[in-house]
Amino acid sequence: MTEMLSMSNNAPLFVGMMLLKLLVVFGVTMLIVAYATWCERKVIGHMQTRLGPMRTGWHGLLQPIADGLKLFFKEDIIPTQASKVSFLLAPMMILVPALITIAVVPFGPDITIQGFKMPLQITDLNIGVLYILAFAGLGVYGIVLAGWSSNSKYALLGGVRATAQMISYELAAGITIIAVFMLSETLSLREIVALQSGSVIDWYVFKQPLAFGLFIITGLAEINRTPFDMPEAESELVSGFCTEYSSMKYALFFMAEYANMIVIAAIASTLFLGGWSGPLPEALGVVNLLGKVFAIMFFFIWLRATLPRVRYDQLMQLGWKILIPLALANLAVTGLVVVLQQ
Amino acid sequence: METIFFYLVALVTVVSGYLVVRCQNPVNSGLALVNTFFCLAIFYVMLYAPFMAAIQVIVYAGAIMVLILFVIMLLNLGTEERKRYTHGVVWAAIASLLVLLNVVFFIKRGRVTGAEGDVTDFLITTEGHTELIGKALYTDFLLPFEIASILLLVAIVGAVVLAKKDV
Repeated sequence: MTEMLSMSNNAPLFVGMMLLKLLVVFGVTMLIVAYATWCERKVIGHMQTRLGPMRTGWHGLLQPIADGLKLFFKEDIIPTQASKVSFLLAPMMILVPALITIAVVPFGPDITIQGFKMPLQITDLNIGVLYILAFAGLGVYGIVLAGWSSNSKYALLGGVRATAQMISYELAAGITIIAVFMLSETLSLREIVALQSGSVIDWYVFKQPLAFGLFIITGLAEINRTPFDMPEAESELVSGFCTEYSSMKYALFFMAEYANMIVIAAIASTLFLGGWSGPLPEALGVVNLLGKVFAIMFFFIWLRATLPRVRYDQLMQLGWKILIPLALANLAVTGLVVVLQQ
Repeated sequence: METIFFYLVALVTVVSGYLVVRCQNPVNSGLALVNTFFCLAIFYVMLYAPFMAAIQVIVYAGAIMVLILFVIMLLNLGTEERKRYTHGVVWAAIASLLVLLNVVFFIKRGRVTGAEGDVTDFLITTEGHTELIGKALYTDFLLPFEIASILLLVAIVGAVVLAKKDV
């Protein structure tokens, strides 16, 4: 039994590997964020019998870089009536919680380095699932602040809508996840993956199909994507909470949207689809996880091309009168089955 | 290392606590309060109570404060209303100073640090922090737990009754 690499047995190696893991995970996430924008435009384009971006590079492959440069060099406008500090803080407060959440997602089996065991995960918290819920909750502040500090009616309406929507759907998402860890009896994402690693049949999606569906729907609502993109409904609110933003600050909101999409996809694949222990052998853990993440993200993009935006009262009705009762019923049935099995 | 970190977080906590009462704008006060709650969560992590930290962030920073900010944003208070209550700060300062003295007095007098009781370090590492809290809540403290939940239910029903004109 090899020892787990930690601060106490080999500090320089531990710190080095930690930094490496942080950099790689951050880099890969940012790369996916950049190319998710390209993929979204391409996929939606082809679904609507258009071509999407074609000019910059081969089939528009350099488009994200061009967009990034353009946004970076644009003039940064702060409205005179805006409250400056919150206006500056808001884009950061929405992006940071999204990126922090990825720290608990495991992306491969333990590897051995210089005689020490090291998990392929930035940190394995024994409250991993709660940590995700906590930072999902903090993500709301970015939108609330952006809406309020802009001092514009469209932004405020967008912010208010987003708050109500995210609070309602967070509740349903939380209750849904509880059913999963009633089965796993642990909150650590690493152990949840280990429990699903036997074969494809062991994936929680087969034991908790309803929970998986609910989680995807509430996830979509929490990251404000179509059909739940009420906070930035362009036909009525211009651009919702980020109406007054320009330049790189606007880009941060954009990045946060895609980072949140990656987070929801990564969590859904870890909790329900076996995480890195998937159809391919263990050594290809990263490929397994990324494959699942991309599949879910493709599904989100597909939905955007397919479904119209729901009305606001429909959204609230769906959340409180359908999703939460369903999640509670799922919880009760799961509890009953767990008790009967013992 | 840990001590330096503690003082750093403590400084941020106290400064944001001060900003809660000092900010002219209620939304900024609310934000400072969120920061205070977040710092408290960091203290829980440093005390090896990660479950408490997560709950602190989920319940206080993530849910309650969002609603408070939501209400402040919608009310949009004028400057006069904000200034009317500033004299209360003095009394609050005196009250919190007295509480501080009280806490220091009890810490100096009694043995409040150290591991006592049934829950040992060994138990926490083998069974897990969250599991132990769950067991304690549903066995030893079942009655207070249920009473608290009934109290919350009453509060919800009360809020609905007050908000709806004719039930």
